[in-house]
Amino acid sequence: MAVRVQAEPFDLGRETARLTDGRRDVGAVASFVGIARETNPDEGAAPVVAMTLEHYPGMTERQLEAVEREARARWPLLDCLIVHRYGRFEPGDPIVLVVTLSSHRQAAFDACAFLMDYLKTRAPFWKREETAEGERWVAARASDDAAAARWADATKE
Amino acid sequence: MKVLYFAWLRQTIGVAEETVSPPAAVGAADELIDWLAAQSPAHAAAFKDRATIRIAIDQEFAEPGDSIRNAGEVAFFPPVTGG
Repeated sequence: MAVRVQAEPFDLGRETARLTDGRRDVGAVASFVGIARETNPDEGAAPVVAMTLEHYPGMTERQLEAVEREARARWPLLDCLIVHRYGRFEPGDPIVLVVTLSSHRQAAFDACAFLMDYLKTRAPFWKREETAEGERWVAARASDDAAAARWADATKE
Repeated sequence: MKVLYFAWLRQTIGVAEETVSPPAAVGAADELIDWLAAQSPAHAAAFKDRATIRIAIDQEFAEPGDSIRNAGEVAFFPPVTGG
């Protein structure tokens, strides 16, 4: 199990090297890095100056570990890693990292997308955005629920 | 029993957690919400829109009708927005 919840930044290259070091069976590594962005998806909304991610210590790790278990049950993964940060971020700062290792690319790609879709709807994190017009809690998006739901058809739960 | 609040529920209520001893009749999560909402105007305000509140019992997602009788920790929060 490789799940980390931390305030500190992460390094994609270093994490990938650590996962693949000494292995001869890995044929594919897929990774995703989620980054704090300035653009506010709401039409006409002020740009994001910074955001703060709050989480539920304990439950966050449990939920991320459950999502990882689910991914390992669905795809032949050789290894995987989820790193999710909390704290205050400015546009450009990396927030979340998912890395998947498999013998073949399809499992690595699919499991990486699955892990992101699932953690977005299941890991207890909440974003608060700062803009020139003030602060606001980010509302959950129906598109995130839809992204997670598409995997329900792929495999029986 | 420990009750935790996150995001705007925490802000509205003004505390991140509190230890409560509800009466024995409070057996389900939604009954705990009813009881908490009666504790102060801030609690009432935080629990006004039930549809936007998610529940975790002992760090697992739960439904409003789920039992809290053996729970050590019940958390209330808005839908999650991580990633």
